[in-house]
Amino acid sequence: MNFLDIVFYVFAAITVFAAMGVITSRNPVNAALFLVLAFCSSAGIWMLLEAEFLAIVLVLVYVGAVMVLFLFVVMMLDINLVRLREGFWRWFPFGAGIAGLMVFEMIYVLGARQTSDTVHAVTHGADYSNTKELGRLLYTDYVYPFELAAVLLLVAMVAAIALTLRRRAGLKTQSISEQVQVQAADRVRIVKQMSAEGTDSATRK
Amino acid sequence: MNLMADLIPAGAEIFLLVMVCVILIVDLMLAESSKIYTYSLVMLTLLGCSLITVGTHTQGVAYAFHNMFVDDLMSDVLKLFSYIAVGTMLVYSRSYLTVRGLFTGEFMVLTLFALLGMNVMISANNFVTLYLGLELLSLSLYAMVALQRDSAVATEAAMKYFILGALASGLLLYGMSMLYGATGSLELGVISDAIKHGVPNKSLLVFGLVFIVSGLAFKLGVVPFHMWVPDVYHGAPTAMTMLIGSAPKLAAFAFTARILVEGLQPLVNDWSGMLIILAIASMALGNLSAIAQTNLKRMFAYSTISHMGFLLLGFIGGGVEGYGSAMFYAVIYVLMTLGGFGMIMLLSRAGFEADTLNDFKGLNQRSPWLAFMMLLLMFSMAGIPPTVGFYAKFSVLNAIVQTGHTWLAVLAVLFSLIGAFYYLRIVKLMYFDVPQSHEPINLAPDTGLLISVNGLSMLLLGTMPGMLMSVCAVSVQQSLLLH
Repeated sequence: MNFLDIVFYVFAAITVFAAMGVITSRNPVNAALFLVLAFCSSAGIWMLLEAEFLAIVLVLVYVGAVMVLFLFVVMMLDINLVRLREGFWRWFPFGAGIAGLMVFEMIYVLGARQTSDTVHAVTHGADYSNTKELGRLLYTDYVYPFELAAVLLLVAMVAAIALTLRRRAGLKTQSISEQVQVQAADRVRIVKQMSAEGTDSATRK
Repeated sequence: MNLMADLIPAGAEIFLLVMVCVILIVDLMLAESSKIYTYSLVMLTLLGCSLITVGTHTQGVAYAFHNMFVDDLMSDVLKLFSYIAVGTMLVYSRSYLTVRGLFTGEFMVLTLFALLGMNVMISANNFVTLYLGLELLSLSLYAMVALQRDSAVATEAAMKYFILGALASGLLLYGMSMLYGATGSLELGVISDAIKHGVPNKSLLVFGLVFIVSGLAFKLGVVPFHMWVPDVYHGAPTAMTMLIGSAPKLAAFAFTARILVEGLQPLVNDWSGMLIILAIASMALGNLSAIAQTNLKRMFAYSTISHMGFLLLGFIGGGVEGYGSAMFYAVIYVLMTLGGFGMIMLLSRAGFEADTLNDFKGLNQRSPWLAFMMLLLMFSMAGIPPTVGFYAKFSVLNAIVQTGHTWLAVLAVLFSLIGAFYYLRIVKLMYFDVPQSHEPINLAPDTGLLISVNGLSMLLLGTMPGMLMSVCAVSVQQSLLLH
């Protein structure tokens, strides 16, 4: 076992630990923070596979943007923890039994015969640019899936607007055309104020 | 790379996407009362897509975009039926949605996005495009189910659909990643070749296959992955239920055929065993649970489960007969579903859903013609000659008997007989019971014509099923078996 293997197992162990933390922690904020940890350690594993661009994007996009937004949402929502945990222990033996069975089956099928000799990560020289390769593939071989992913984002946008936009009566909204056509006279009203005798407070020093 | 050669086979998809964007912008300018223009544009788009799909048809199989996209006879036939199904759904649901305030531009745009997803699935030749097409379809459908925001049932249905759909996508992706690990490719043809030449780790392949079949079963809605079907069918507005129940089943057929037959044909012994269990369980549970339902939409949901089980029998049969009859069954099933849900929408009016069995009592006295159309549809679903449902069931059974699964055919007939009970119960309610409401049924000319065509097509196709059947057989042979 060389140094890279040790690093891999450390990252893998942290990922599994963090993933367990996401689903077991009582507080949603803790769960979200565990998810951040899981993302960071997965980024480490990708870095080991020489997928630098993906690793950085994972940290920037997921940790930096998505999870921060998610944390805001979690903190704003008033989640009733007692109701969420209701019936947890009643169903726990059932769920744990099925999960245990599935893990056992998966290990049984894959474990013994799966040798690490047959599968190796591809390694490249120092002049290899992961970003460049990804970019080239994305715009040549994978241009069709890439476009489809863009359409998916468009659907998400349309759906989000269709589901959340409400036109309520009495809402204060901007009227762009009125704003553009505004005249100076509409904005400022000059009022001639007679200065009364004896109240010259402005001139007194 | 010749760009034009890539773009021509995908002409219909490109046209559809461009038109969706145009409709999205045009709809923004239109007032709430003039949505009829958006509707006309959508109909023109469907017409244009059909013309392009027919026009770009070539003999044999054409690949595009680095083998990500395939254009063959099967994909063209299934796409044409998808356009018909979506168009029919829009005609049926126009007045139904208008009185409920749901006939919006977003509804039509999301419908077209769903259609684009189906087209991508039908023409996919790579796991990446298969998955993206599926997500495009599912994402649009989740949003459409939730579109009726003030209805708690619809929101619950959307939530269940979304969460279980995400779980199914996860299973599917996990299986795909296993197959990628075992064969080193995501392209269906390459995977098939790699398995034929032997891979070092067969257990990994079968392990991935289990997850893929589970994911497919979720999307088809067969037992034991059927839990979402009744709730979603019941909770969604009827127009959305009609969309979920119709055209996506064609895409699901293509999806299953491409993955299991085109990609994983060498593992046929492994997956046909799994499909036998799924098929028997679906036919049993679907038909037995449907008897207990009083809500027509829920009943159709359970009937869908049993029909999907029957469809899987065609895959178990294999060969031109098996896959061809499965494709025929999928097309006929879509036509029947459109008619069934169309009838619910025709009888509904503002503030009233005609979705319980009682609403169909004495329909013969209120409108003999509609009752006769419903009779034809129900006979077809039950598989009673001379309607086409009989022929669809018969050809599937014929295919599995030929491959020696006689016991399976006997079971299928048995469950179909049980299923005939709840279809015929509706016929009994319509003709022999006293109507509970004497509300006049006002039929618009377009929907009246459509339901007549839909109902009579059951009879017409039933008397001469040969042409459609041979189209299915030829397309399956050209697309799936000559590789």
